[in-house]
Amino acid sequence: MAAVSFEAVTCSFAARAGGSYTAVKDVTLAVGEGEFVSVVGPTGCGKSTLLNVAAGLLRPSSGAVRVFGEPLAGINRRAGYMFQSEALMPWRSALANVTAGLEFRGVSPGEARRRGEEWLERVGLAGFGDRYPHQLSGGMRKRVSLAQMLILDPQILLMDEPFSALDVQTRSLMENELLDLWSANRKSVVFITHDLEEAIALSDRVVVLSAGPATRPIGDFPIALPRPRDVAEIRLNPGFIALHDRIWHSMKEEVLKGYAQTRNRVAG
Amino acid sequence: MRRSLWLWQVILVVAIFAVWQVLTQPGLVPPFMWENPDRAAFFFGEPVKMFHAIWAWFTDGTIYRHLWVTLEETVLAFGIGSVLGLAFGLWLGLSPTASALLDPYITAMNAMPRVVLAPIFMVWFGLGIWSKVALGVTLVFFIVFFNVYQGVKEVSPVVLSNTVMLGANRRQLLRFVYLPSATSWVFSSLHTSVGMAFVGAVVGEYLGSASGVGYLIQQAEGAFDINTVFAGILVLTAFALVLDFAVSRVERRLLQWRPGRAETEQL
Repeated sequence: MAAVSFEAVTCSFAARAGGSYTAVKDVTLAVGEGEFVSVVGPTGCGKSTLLNVAAGLLRPSSGAVRVFGEPLAGINRRAGYMFQSEALMPWRSALANVTAGLEFRGVSPGEARRRGEEWLERVGLAGFGDRYPHQLSGGMRKRVSLAQMLILDPQILLMDEPFSALDVQTRSLMENELLDLWSANRKSVVFITHDLEEAIALSDRVVVLSAGPATRPIGDFPIALPRPRDVAEIRLNPGFIALHDRIWHSMKEEVLKGYAQTRNRVAG
Repeated sequence: MRRSLWLWQVILVVAIFAVWQVLTQPGLVPPFMWENPDRAAFFFGEPVKMFHAIWAWFTDGTIYRHLWVTLEETVLAFGIGSVLGLAFGLWLGLSPTASALLDPYITAMNAMPRVVLAPIFMVWFGLGIWSKVALGVTLVFFIVFFNVYQGVKEVSPVVLSNTVMLGANRRQLLRFVYLPSATSWVFSSLHTSVGMAFVGAVVGEYLGSASGVGYLIQQAEGAFDINTVFAGILVLTAFALVLDFAVSRVERRLLQWRPGRAETEQL
């Protein structure tokens, strides 16, 4: 049974200038249990919209989302969400941010603290628990976000370009850590990115989206590369290069289309 | 650098008072504005006499009772005004219907010069401290209210979504996101609102009371004792500085989580 399945999901928004804008159209996509799926597509193609629908933060205009076979109504309680931009509560220390979800669930403070510290250690932040987000570097804040999500042990991880704001070195470190954490306890992952290399290096499957508006999947590529992987080394694997070539070929036209649209929007 | 700056600031204030003294002391310099050599002292007072008055207040202890009353009024006005402003700001910030309904009334009440309410408060609450507290509350309320209202509207949608995804229900969102965010806005307006509470207290005392520093000033003015009026003003200024300093200390403690300017200051 699929962990998350989109069934003909369409999302339209009222445009500011009147009329409507269809971000995603007729998306049908299933993510299996324990499967790591990356969704790539040109910028501004509605990737985040899809993730918000899976999280239950956004209701699709038509179509449905099923979570482990059941239709999703309201917030998806079996999913954790890692956002692209800063999502930590700035007035809470790193530890208090990590344990926030436990607190909402009524876990006792002592127990929450113990588990929070354990998770901080697991993401390499032991001893940083009393720092506030602004006192941490961008990479450290992402680690806190990761721990904040994983401490609740969600069955589905929704990740929206989580590492796009990081520098290249920090980024591959974080990617490897994510893979380590994931392989220790396989969850279903929907990983949104615009970086094809990142997508291939991490995933079991890469889904390519068309340029917006009315985005839909136009390609679905299984990634049969050996695990465990090191994201820096895997890029040199001949299989990786061949896959990159194939997927890029199918994407290229859409990327150019997306680019042209963005350019026109800026010019107009 | 810092020390020499401080030194220059002291020199500047001493110089100002020295020039003031020279220009106003009868007979020290030949009169150039008025025929009568006492006229300058009558209008502008003499710093030496002001400091005598202040010295007398502190040595015989009469000032403490008045300072205490003013402080009490300021603190009460600040506390009550902040709590009301916080509550209303949260309510209107979270309820679009209520804010749409009340919007013109709030604008009108904020635009009204609230000092004119002082006589009404005298009638309602008498000449004791509560009429001054009420005046201060009307001043503090709007500052806090607008800050909180703005703060609620500007809570990061990503932080909200994230908190929702972590499992917070509506009440927990209010308690763990909206309230801390709003309080931080209250604290960022702390200097202004404490200052306004102080203004409310002093103006209230000036308009009618039996104690407080504003009352001392009003009494001296009635007797055309310009030196004592200035003495009162100087005491109030010093008091306001102390209050401001205390607020800065509290602020630094409570807003520790905020990216401080001090940390990124260029050396």
